[in-house]
Order: sequence, then structure tokens, then C-alpha cells
Amino acid sequence: MAKSALLGSSLAKKYWMALTGLFLSIFLVAHLAGNLVLLGGEAMAEDFNAYAEFMTTFPVIKIISYLLYASILFHAIDGIMLTIQNRKARPVKYHYEKPSANSGWASRNMAFLGTIVLLFIVGHMATFWWRMKFGEMPIDAAGQKDLYTVVATYFTTASTAWLHVALYVVAMIAIGFHLWHGLQSAFQSLGVNHPKYTPVIKKIGQIFAVVIPALFAIIPIFMFINQ
Amino acid sequence: MNLTLKIWRQNGPEDKGRMEIYPVQDINPDMSFLEMMDVLNEQLIAEGKDPIAFDHDCREGICGMCSMFINGEAHGPGRRITTCQLHMRSFNDGDTIVVEPWRAAAFPVIKDLATDRSAFDRIQQAGGYVSVNTSGNTIDANAIPVPKTDADRAFDAATCIGCGACVATCKNSSAMLFVSAKVSQYALLPQGKVEAKERVRKMVNQMDIEGFGNCTNTGACEVECPVGISLENIARMNREYLSASLSSAE
Repeated sequence: MAKSALLGSSLAKKYWMALTGLFLSIFLVAHLAGNLVLLGGEAMAEDFNAYAEFMTTFPVIKIISYLLYASILFHAIDGIMLTIQNRKARPVKYHYEKPSANSGWASRNMAFLGTIVLLFIVGHMATFWWRMKFGEMPIDAAGQKDLYTVVATYFTTASTAWLHVALYVVAMIAIGFHLWHGLQSAFQSLGVNHPKYTPVIKKIGQIFAVVIPALFAIIPIFMFINQ
Repeated sequence: MNLTLKIWRQNGPEDKGRMEIYPVQDINPDMSFLEMMDVLNEQLIAEGKDPIAFDHDCREGICGMCSMFINGEAHGPGRRITTCQLHMRSFNDGDTIVVEPWRAAAFPVIKDLATDRSAFDRIQQAGGYVSVNTSGNTIDANAIPVPKTDADRAFDAATCIGCGACVATCKNSSAMLFVSAKVSQYALLPQGKVEAKERVRKMVNQMDIEGFGNCTNTGACEVECPVGISLENIARMNREYLSASLSSAE
């Protein structure tokens, strides 16, 4: 019993889901801060490239990035295990159910939303992260890897740019719904529930779930329109 | 009222089970749902057919025995009621009503709408008690001061009647609302604090052994609970279990 209490038990899965989820939420803010430089256009291209260089080479960031990859994997594997066990817990389904009477759509579809987000992350990393780390990159005037041009090409001049933008927006909507339930849920899982603070946590979680993905989505839309 | 009932029939635990349709006539709107089921069963017996097995006992919302998943919700439409407190006036003449048993691997069907909820008993037996000597030298309960707010919250948790609506409602068949209510009612009181760490670990462990699903905080249980057990109890159980697991020597 003791061996699995903090790893294998039903509650352990909640704790890990919550901790990795909160860490990934904090990462979103850091990622967004860098991405917003893209709104500066060509004029700020070198600043964006300098930021990208810093993020891929600075040792502390490197350590955090490994923690991040581990969190994504753990969060996803934990989710898959949860889903399998939960399906097993109800082998015979109801013929008629009215789930909307007692729970929110996002809260019931976290696995579906998470799958979309995971697929997006794989595609997103293949497009930018992989190329930045291991692929052929153009070089800007300052001699830095020109990630700005790679991003701009992807979302503006490529023949399927509109599709790239559309898929990106869909993924952000999925992340938004995932966060809508996930963020406040993480606090509940870690035992933070208080009549005074929980309504505030829920509100902040919902604002976060709308604002952060919206800001992410604005960037490719802005680039596409302004090409 | 005339109604069409679609009811789950299952001869035993091994039977696959199926939905069957039963029309009922002249139902009094002031009957409880269970009384309507009695009328149907009398009709079936008169026809020489096998009556529908369903759980019931006190019929006044206290015992937690009556179950039934009615029209997609545990204990049917309406809040803070059990099936015996659900009246036929909640439905309209001509309605089709779908009736199913609680569905969870941990609550196997015994027959028709009756399920075996002894998994809850085993969780309770694993640690849901206070070990005190009651052999003649019982201390007056009021000798230990308890803050009013703690006493109230403990009492709120203790109102859980163990009906299993939380499990039936939860899309994951999770028993965490039930277990957390039982953990909380003791953890909030000085008498229960003595064994709190051991208790939460034993009860959660038993819950996992019984094959209930994992909580994903949808909050459906809290909405459908006939006595309004709050999600705050699940958070308390999460805290109790975390600190008990971190500090244990094993």
C-alpha cells in the first residue's frame, strides 16, 4: 500500500496530473511572452531570433525544458491510464444519460481535448522546435538562426498557410477548453478548496483559459492578415 | 397518468440484460416513484410475470437504499431527493421514462435494478470508525470542546446516506464523494483525528481495490447527491491523503 500511495493510487494520479498541469500552464505564459514579440513584425525579427537563441542555449532554460518534456509525457501518460481505468470502472454503459444536467462539457471531455492538444504539440514541435534544434535554418543579419522567417513563411507565404493558421486556432480553442476545467481542477486535486478563495481561483482560471489561448491565436491571424 | 416505462431487466449477475417496455395506466401523480413501481409489479404478478427487482427500504429519504437511474439521472430529475422522494407529478402524462440500475463495475447487478453496494461497506470497515473503549467508562461527549464550525462541517459530511448516487452519476464511476464524506466526518473532530492518517490511507486503498474509477472533478456527484455532500470533502480527503502519505514511514 505504502509503495503506491504517492505513485500508483487513484489520488496519486490526481496529484501528478495537477502538478504537471500547473507547470505546463506556467510554461504557456513564458512561451506566450516570447511569441508576442512576433507582433512587432520584421522590425523586431532579430529580437525574436535572439530570444529563440537564448531559449535553446541558456543552461537553466535547458534544464527547465527537459522538465517540460517530461511533464508533457507524464501528463499524457497519466491521462491515458486514467481513461483506461475509468472505462473499466463502468463496463456496461447507460442507455440514456443526461450529463449536461450536472456537469460542464469541458470537464467531461478532458481526454478528447487533451488528445487534440497533444497532436498539436507533436506537429508544432516538428514544425518549429525540431527545425530550430536539428534542421536547416536560415541566418539573419545578426548571424542568428532566423526563426522569425521560418514562422512567417509557415503562417503567411506557404501555399497552405491558411490551413496552418486554421489548425493553430483550433488547437488554441482546445487548449482554452482544456484549461477552463483543468486549471481550477488542479487546485481541487491538490486539496485547495476554500469557500472564500475557490470562487476566485475558478474565476482566474477561466480568465486564463480565455486570454492566454486567445493571445496565442491572435499572432498567426495577425501575421496572415498583414502579409 | 399513463406512462411508458423502459426498464432494465437482468435475470442475474451473469445475464447480459436488456431494456424492456412496460405501459402503465392510471398512475396517481401523488404517488412516489417507488409506489408507481409497486403498481407495475402488482400488474406483472397478476399477469403471472416476474416482478421487477429494485432496492428500497425506509421510503422516507433516510436509508439510502433506493437507487435507480431515471431518465439519465441518479434518483431521477429533481435535486436533493432520493427515488422514494421523487413523485410522479415530476413527469407528464404520456411520458416515456427510462429506468436503469446504478452502473459501475464495483456495483454489480444482482437482479434487474438491484445492485450489490457492499463495496461501500468494505470501504467503511477498512477505516471508517473511531476506536474507543465503550466498556462502561465512556467519557461525556461534551467533555472535549469542538468548534461549532467544525462540528457543523463534520455533521454535514456525516449526512451521507451511502446510496451510491455519486458513483452512478460520475462518468468514471468514482466513489470519491462517498469516501471523502466518511473521511471528513471523522477528520474534522478531535476524536477522529487520532486515527486520521491511518484511516484515509486504508479507506482510499480499499476504494482502489474495489475497482471504482478515478475522480476528474466534473462535479456531477455534488449536483446529484440527495443530501448535498460538497466537493470540499474531496479536497479535504486529497489533503489528508497527501499529508498522510508524505509523512508515513512505510
